[in-house]
Amino acid sequence: MSSVLYDTPGPKAKARNWIYSGLFVVLFGLVLWWALSLMGEKGQLDADKWSPFVTDSRVWTTYLLPGLVETLKAGALAMLIALPFGALLGIGRLSDHAWVRGPVGAWVEFFRAIPVLMLMLFGFALMAPRLMDVPSDTRPFWAVVTGLVLYNSAVIAEIVRAGVLSLPHGQSDAAKAIGMRKGQTMFHVLIPQAVTAMLPALVSQLVVILKDTAIGGALLGFGELLSMNRQISANYSNTIPTLFVIALIYIVVNFGLTSFASLLEGRLRKSKKSTGAVVGVNDVNDMATGANSGGI
Amino acid sequence: MFDFLDSGQYDVLGAFWVTVQLTLYSAVGSLIWGTVLAGMRVSPVPLLRGFGTAYVNLVRNTPLTLLIIGCSLGLNQTLGIALGGSTFKEIGFRLAVLGLTAYTGTFVCEALRSGINTVPVGQAEAARALGLSFFQVLTLIVLPQAFRAVIAPLANVLIALTKNTTVAATIGVAEAALLMKEMLENEPQALFAVFAVFALGFVLLTLPTGLLLGWVAKRVAVKR
Repeated sequence: MSSVLYDTPGPKAKARNWIYSGLFVVLFGLVLWWALSLMGEKGQLDADKWSPFVTDSRVWTTYLLPGLVETLKAGALAMLIALPFGALLGIGRLSDHAWVRGPVGAWVEFFRAIPVLMLMLFGFALMAPRLMDVPSDTRPFWAVVTGLVLYNSAVIAEIVRAGVLSLPHGQSDAAKAIGMRKGQTMFHVLIPQAVTAMLPALVSQLVVILKDTAIGGALLGFGELLSMNRQISANYSNTIPTLFVIALIYIVVNFGLTSFASLLEGRLRKSKKSTGAVVGVNDVNDMATGANSGGI
Repeated sequence: MFDFLDSGQYDVLGAFWVTVQLTLYSAVGSLIWGTVLAGMRVSPVPLLRGFGTAYVNLVRNTPLTLLIIGCSLGLNQTLGIALGGSTFKEIGFRLAVLGLTAYTGTFVCEALRSGINTVPVGQAEAARALGLSFFQVLTLIVLPQAFRAVIAPLANVLIALTKNTTVAATIGVAEAALLMKEMLENEPQALFAVFAVFALGFVLLTLPTGLLLGWVAKRVAVKR
């Protein structure tokens, strides 16, 4: 294998690579051995701390799966609301009228600058009995969804804007030439193409949303997947194994979504459904900033 | 409307100062860790590449909240690792920096790796023709150009990091989000005023960072 940085290794380089690999294995082994011995000392490696996840189905049916369902529910709902809302904001930002463009731009920039946790706290306080009187058992859920929608609609607005701007000028010129009005151009010509181009970015944004639901579990008492660690480790006193298993579930779900988004991106690039550039996974994956998509 | 600020009961500036400190320490840590990871991911040794790829994919798909809570519940409370801190405040702060660094490092790594890809192959070929080793090519020729190309993406990572420091509230680090939570609970009548104060604080932290680094990125970009 060759790359920018090195040639295909010859016999000497191969030998050197083996030495480096060996050194790395030793170093990694030492760290692993230290971590494992420390865990062993505190009894976190005992079989009965790990076996509940295999033998005791109640761990899954009472805690992990309901938690995962809550996480997916909040994520999917937030995405469903944020999508049309974000599309409207994105279109508003592209408006020809300064009085629309300005306020919408300010709204988007404002909500992108605020941490999603603060938006959730704000939503939680807003739903207090005195103000909106949301029942206390669903209040954390709606607070989390509110925070996620406010934040992610701003991010999606930027993705939509990037998608529309990535389309060639000829598209709207041609629409004008056949006598379409601005609104028609936007909804019949530009948006359908932009949405196809944005699909991978939108799917990968779902990963960000799912990860962010965990904040609500830790601070607002939302019963999502991560918050189950307290109940499981209270029952089986196995803090570290529980955190491991929960992390694994997140990784499997999110990795699946990311791979799906990449697959979609590859297909779209080949199929040429859109004339613009495909707004890819990596264009918005920047830790929920949605930052790269804004600069086109 | 804003009279809760004068009561002296809440140290808003102090809380934001903790946010700034968290950001700075984690930024330095994740820059170092991210560079090391990027070095591994582009190295000629397959094992190091594999480790880098695995680490980035695993940590990126884990919620930051889980990492930070894992540092607190797992490392500190179960295994007794205190990172040299003695008080609750010190330990919480250091654990939060550790979690933020482990998470943000992966994003720094990916930004750097895409920067390395922007360096033309001819540069490295010329360097190799001069007889430079992989390490010399990386540190003398490729990374300096890559760093200049990725200042804008790194600025975005820094802004996201600033916002992500709020997650440290989950393990009780007394930063802005935790104070906001406390104030919203104690001053329900001033809901919008409290939100406005903290929102303004974050806009003031992130906006200048983006503008300044955007300007720097344009200044130092390698003209090709």
